[in-house]
Amino acid sequence: MSSITWGGAALDRARTRHLLQEYGVYAALVLLFAVAVVLNTSFLSIGNIRAQLLQVTPVLVVALGMALVIGTEGIDLSVGAVIALAAAVAPLYLGYGFVGMLAVVLLVGAVSGALGGAMVAFVRVQPIVATLSLMIGLRGLANIINGNSGKPVTDGAVATLGIGNFLGVPVMTWVAAGCVALVALLVRRTTFGRQLVAIGDNRQASRLAGLPVRRVLVTVYVISGVLAALAGLMLVGYSAESDPSTVGLNYELSAITAVVVGGTPLTGGRVRVLGTVAGALFMQLIAAVLQQHNVYQSYQQIIEAVIICFAVYAAQERGTR
Amino acid sequence: MSPTALQPTALPPEPSPAPGPGPAPTPLSEQLAYQLQRRGAPAVLVLVAAIASITSSAFPTWGNISTILVGNNFVWLLALGMTFVIITGGIDLSVGSMYALGGVLGAYGAQHGGSALAIVLPLVVGAAWGGVQGLLVARARMAPFIVTLAGLLGARGLMQALSNEGATTYIVPKNSFFASLGAGTWVPLVILAVFFALGALLLARTRFGATLTAMGGNENAAVLMGLPVVRAKVLVYLLSGTLAAAAGALGAARLQSGVTTIGVGYELTAIASVVIGGTLLTGGSGSVGGTLSGVLLLGVIHNLIDSHFSQYGSAFTDTVNGGFLAAVVLLQTLLSRTQQLP
Repeated sequence: MSSITWGGAALDRARTRHLLQEYGVYAALVLLFAVAVVLNTSFLSIGNIRAQLLQVTPVLVVALGMALVIGTEGIDLSVGAVIALAAAVAPLYLGYGFVGMLAVVLLVGAVSGALGGAMVAFVRVQPIVATLSLMIGLRGLANIINGNSGKPVTDGAVATLGIGNFLGVPVMTWVAAGCVALVALLVRRTTFGRQLVAIGDNRQASRLAGLPVRRVLVTVYVISGVLAALAGLMLVGYSAESDPSTVGLNYELSAITAVVVGGTPLTGGRVRVLGTVAGALFMQLIAAVLQQHNVYQSYQQIIEAVIICFAVYAAQERGTR
Repeated sequence: MSPTALQPTALPPEPSPAPGPGPAPTPLSEQLAYQLQRRGAPAVLVLVAAIASITSSAFPTWGNISTILVGNNFVWLLALGMTFVIITGGIDLSVGSMYALGGVLGAYGAQHGGSALAIVLPLVVGAAWGGVQGLLVARARMAPFIVTLAGLLGARGLMQALSNEGATTYIVPKNSFFASLGAGTWVPLVILAVFFALGALLLARTRFGATLTAMGGNENAAVLMGLPVVRAKVLVYLLSGTLAAAAGALGAARLQSGVTTIGVGYELTAIASVVIGGTLLTGGSGSVGGTLSGVLLLGVIHNLIDSHFSQYGSAFTDTVNGGFLAAVVLLQTLLSRTQQLP
């Protein structure tokens, strides 16, 4: 009898851990939001929520692509540089109208992603180095294109994407919501999503099972590049200028943080889209609360570091490594 | 990044007992690929330096050479520590922040307590920070990438807290012993040479070095052989943190102040130097000598770009850097794959 109770207790502990891993980030998000509101009721004001959304949305868009890449046991360090490249290219093609410019910018993102993806898929370079070389090279290229200086961007459509409102919610957040829905569908309802997760779990087995490993890998990095380019355009619209030496700096870190805090394991084989959304919101909320209560940026960074470590440790499956 | 990934090591192919009759001889192409992958960097370095010396009279002057040797903010030491980490199959992204923290700590120590404190304080903090990272990697079994990413944020936060959000700049007193460590060419060069000599001995001639190579090749096998894998891992990150902080302190001594905006992206330069030097990112193979030539090669190339293409600015340097790194990594991966073919 006692052994059964003991087994039950162990089972309970396992279940608690499982629940924490699955829903911990949502609970933490709600809790933190409640704390933020209690500490400062003006946190609920439309103006503040809008400001927070404008800040978190580009990170979220980048993080969606990053979640897919991490799902394949990869990493994409080049997203910040792709943002800069998109920002540098955008003003050059404004003459073709918004749609033409959008097409060119997204194409630039796709090509950048394809470069990294091809290195990872065909030559089997480690993702971290392949995208690292792109990260260094592409930002340099963006600076060359823009002549090492910022350019003002005064296009109406770009500004709408950056700071416009639709039904009281920023336009870019609507766009991001669309991206979330698409990526969620992609992961859950398509063959591609299944293949992606299978490759992340075990690349060798997937290849032997006849999955198109290389095509899926390249596509994943292309998606990440396209989403980063889209985020770049959002940032250009938000700041009404294109400065490749500063735009998108450290976005790769913010995106990886959002994905990891959202519970996607770095070891691949699983993509949590809604978790990533919650992770991005959580990190934004932390930063906002600390900022509003005048905590220095230095302590903010240290707190963020601790959160990352804790989230990864909590999300880790025991005994599998 | 996972140390247990199915990555064959790139050790020289032993004449293994093949299923056929007698040991199979190593094909020439494999030997060539191995030599090129391991010794490509010094060869290219000699080649580039020779061409530069012939085509430009400004290149082989002592002033220019000393710029190449000590003008890179002591990224040497970051790359040395990174070599050890990468040989175990890990990565340390925190070294750039640790460089800045070491510099501020060194300048703080020099201003408030004298040269002894200026030397001891960065080393102790660097060792402690690296040791904690090592414990998280080795004991809690967290991915090195993410632990040191958090370390990157945390160390920079600590540095900013110490400098009152960058508002306070600590000054190293002139004519102090600490300032003389970073001044001129010869003193820093001798310090770097001593560190590299010790590092090369540690990796190639000690039990600790052999353990690192073994666990980078196959961690599970190393554990089963009874090697002290956990201890070695902690020590590797501790070493990397200490060296990064030491580099930062040397940099502060040279600049005579603790610059807070320095060090961003240095981890990338360090990783690039190590990779160019022929150390495999999958772990299990690499050398301190390779890293030495990797750092030198990057230094020479930067120097050439600066002197010949300075009108295009630093953006051009970045682009060439990225392209060069990509080319080297592609070549290395192809070469090491040649050896893995059965």
